[in-house]
Amino acid sequence: MDIVFLARLQFALTSVFHFFFVPLTLGLSIFTAILETAWVRTGNRKYLQLVQFWGRIFLINFAVGVVTGIVMEFQFGMNWSEYSRFVGDIFGVPLAIEALLAFFMESTFLGIWIFGRDRLPKAVHAASIWLVALGSNLSALWILVANSFMQAPVGFRMAADGSRAEMTDFAALLFNPNVWKQFPHVLAGGIVTAGFLVIALSTWHIMKGSKGREAFVISMKFGTIYAFIGTVLVTLAGHTQMQHIMKTQPMKVAAAEALWETENPASFSLFTIGDEEKLEDLYSIRIPRLLSFLAYNSFEGEVKGIRQLQAEYEAQYGPGDYVPSVITAYWSFRLMVGAGTLMLLVSLLALWKVSRDDYRFPPLLGALFFWSMLLPWIANSTGWILAEMGRQPWIVFGLLKTEQAVTPASVVGPGELVLSIALFTALYLLLAAADLFLIRKYAALGLEGTE
Amino acid sequence: MELQALWFILVAVLFTGFFFLEGFDFGVGILLPFMGKDDRERRAVINTIGPFWDGNEVWLVTAGGAMFAAFPHWYATLFSGFYPALLLMLAALIMRGVAFEFRSKHDRPSWRNFWDWSIFLGSALPALLWGVAMANFIRGVPVDASMNYAGGFWNLLNPYALACGLASLSIFTLHGAVFLTLKTTGEMRERAMATAKTLWTPAVLLSMLFMAYTYVETDLYQRLGINPGIVPVFSVLALFSVRTLLRRNASGWAFAMTGVAIAFSTATIFMGLYPRVLVSSLNPEWSLTVQNASSSPYTLSIMTTVALIFVPLVLLYQGWSYWVFRQRVAVDAHHEY
Ligand code: HDD
Ligand code: HEM
Ligand code: HEM
Repeated sequence: MDIVFLARLQFALTSVFHFFFVPLTLGLSIFTAILETAWVRTGNRKYLQLVQFWGRIFLINFAVGVVTGIVMEFQFGMNWSEYSRFVGDIFGVPLAIEALLAFFMESTFLGIWIFGRDRLPKAVHAASIWLVALGSNLSALWILVANSFMQAPVGFRMAADGSRAEMTDFAALLFNPNVWKQFPHVLAGGIVTAGFLVIALSTWHIMKGSKGREAFVISMKFGTIYAFIGTVLVTLAGHTQMQHIMKTQPMKVAAAEALWETENPASFSLFTIGDEEKLEDLYSIRIPRLLSFLAYNSFEGEVKGIRQLQAEYEAQYGPGDYVPSVITAYWSFRLMVGAGTLMLLVSLLALWKVSRDDYRFPPLLGALFFWSMLLPWIANSTGWILAEMGRQPWIVFGLLKTEQAVTPASVVGPGELVLSIALFTALYLLLAAADLFLIRKYAALGLEGTE
Repeated sequence: MELQALWFILVAVLFTGFFFLEGFDFGVGILLPFMGKDDRERRAVINTIGPFWDGNEVWLVTAGGAMFAAFPHWYATLFSGFYPALLLMLAALIMRGVAFEFRSKHDRPSWRNFWDWSIFLGSALPALLWGVAMANFIRGVPVDASMNYAGGFWNLLNPYALACGLASLSIFTLHGAVFLTLKTTGEMRERAMATAKTLWTPAVLLSMLFMAYTYVETDLYQRLGINPGIVPVFSVLALFSVRTLLRRNASGWAFAMTGVAIAFSTATIFMGLYPRVLVSSLNPEWSLTVQNASSSPYTLSIMTTVALIFVPLVLLYQGWSYWVFRQRVAVDAHHEY
């Protein structure tokens, strides 16, 4: 079997699985820290109970995030050794800094937070969860510095013999515009993930009339505001990100829109079935001018199509196929934006209920609030699938192709790859089952076992 | 100093720190099923490392990151070449990491049992595999002219490497037992004390075996010379002293000495390695060295600045966390989660 395919499959599996847990860590660490601050400030025991309730869920989730992260750290060397040789000079740096700056802080203060409640003054204890939140979100920042180099390389020159990219400007790497488009979007994606989980479980406990209903009303209020802010941010940030990749990776936009031919003004596709071989539509419903607006904030403006970009890339980089999988890019984009739009509606609805202090939920509304917690997971995963698969065939845009980046078959052959994919799949299924089981258990337990 | 040499030292320091710190929590994990007779006792055993193990593991993550950034070829060749061994280690670390968090969250005995044995295996396997890896660093592995590993899995499992693996397994276990004498009370502490005394003999014997074997299998002794300097000598003396210190009930000193033994023998290996980072058994010319495997001077200088600022900070707050949790863990105390 093709080792490039297998290595990509394994990377996709392990990174999507890692990112199942990470956004909740990003958002819930901040949320728990806010609640604990409220407890320190007011001395109201309900906040403490909520800290413990959400803290337990946070920890169960965190454990899986950590162990799947360790796999990520080693995988570049294991499966992408040629890539590691090519970009190590640049890409390794944010990775090392992430560990030194973020992971140490996160793990050390998490230990202090879990075990230090009886030993530390309240304010110091609250500070430690803030440091966990800071550490988690800093780790996201640094990994995005690394990822942004793959999306839009800056601050480098090619070595004289062409064997690798060398860093020439660290500041450029850090202030890569791509980072500052991605980071707010990912951060806000974390906030909505936590926000919708809080809405879901609070609604559930309120409807069930669990013990400590008042605490869950508070949690519902906080969660709704948190989710609403997050949703607005993630949508706005996504819009700016779209405008940015228009400039850096127009092919990704064209693929995400199944836009075969250049258009001016460009239309936004609502639903398209296309033929990827012939690069044309079989069936399509499009809204005129909307894509131009998304791309340029104006109803005029040219958006290049796949055919023209393919020709331009061939002229620039030599013969080859520069079109990513259109069906993947197109549908992952639609799923993400669709989920985002739904989340905006749901969070508005929740905001309306909360603002009227009305916590009676008819079954249908309750179900809506509950199941909406899945939307952020859909959007987060499809967002990354778009970002990574839409970049293909490049692993580092314009510099290195994915097929050149893989570990040579003489070192890691198809047999070993199949074995490792099977091993990770089995382990991750086990983790997912145990994790879901525990989160369900502690979600249902409510405030029982808290003080 | 040359930046490449500095980064070689820093990577060595990160591995040394990792072995020193995660060494005892591997040891505690290995001893868990044997030291804890019932569930409360096992919880107490885990709580001795509860606040620390994740922070300790980050030393490994950082070592990996530092290798990637400072010596990309070392990172690429090593991690792709040792693929099956690393897979095993990752599987172990995955199971162990979640087990600490998951085991107490549900009280079915079969559930607890499953995760407790995951902790055992997840600790024993890396303790063994790291010894195997370190031995292969100095013994040399088949690395070809294009810096790619050209052997198979079984090349890594030669008798010499296995001897080192057993030595590291036994020393980490001893280190963990001594740590438990430092962190527990009452009957539990007595049990830990007895275990540590028992474990000392195999640890010493296996280390001697490994040293003798090193003499035959590697060029380490030629490189270090007749007078190898204080580092290797100290590591041996430290290990010898542990028994006496335990007899005198000086847990703190005994722990310091198992730590010194681990740290100094790691340092010895890295000293014997320099300036190579991975020895090629096919042709000495093909070995990876700090020169041919390293990043550009600019990258190394950026990394140096970052390390100078943040390493002290990390040491400071990790040290503080050990201070916060300096108390012994009593079996009948209230246990967090
Ligand atoms: C809850 C999560 C969530 C929601 C509601 C959205 N996104 Fe998103 N999106 C992500 C979560 C996400 C993500 C997982 O965080 C990604 C993956 C890569 C990245 O930087 O963020 C992403 C990537 C991503 C990309 C690709 C960036 C790249 O390739 O570098 C674009 C163009 C958008 N998003 C645009 C949008 C738009 C226009 C949205 C409007 C509703 C939207 N996203 C909602
Ligand atoms: C921010 C840090 C990240 C980095 C540095 C990174 C790096 C990489 C690398 C090296 C590959 C393999 C080569 C390739 O196929 O292009 C890859 C592929 C992939 N990654 Fe990422 N990734 C990151 C984050 C993520 C996350 C969080 C997800 C998912 C939630 C993700 C999803 C994928 C997928 C689906 C692929 C397969 C794409 C394909 O093979 O077509 N990535 N990424
Ligand atoms: C956008 C993509 C990513 C983000 C935002 C992210 C963020 C995080 C966060 C917040 C954690 C803490 C644990 C948790 O969240 O549950 C974590 C763990 C980890 N991540 Fe990721 N990560 C991403 C992708 C990657 C990639 C591509 C790597 C590979 C280098 C990686 C390596 C790690 C490691 C090694 C850990 C464990 C840290 C520990 O031991 O405490 N992550 N990541």
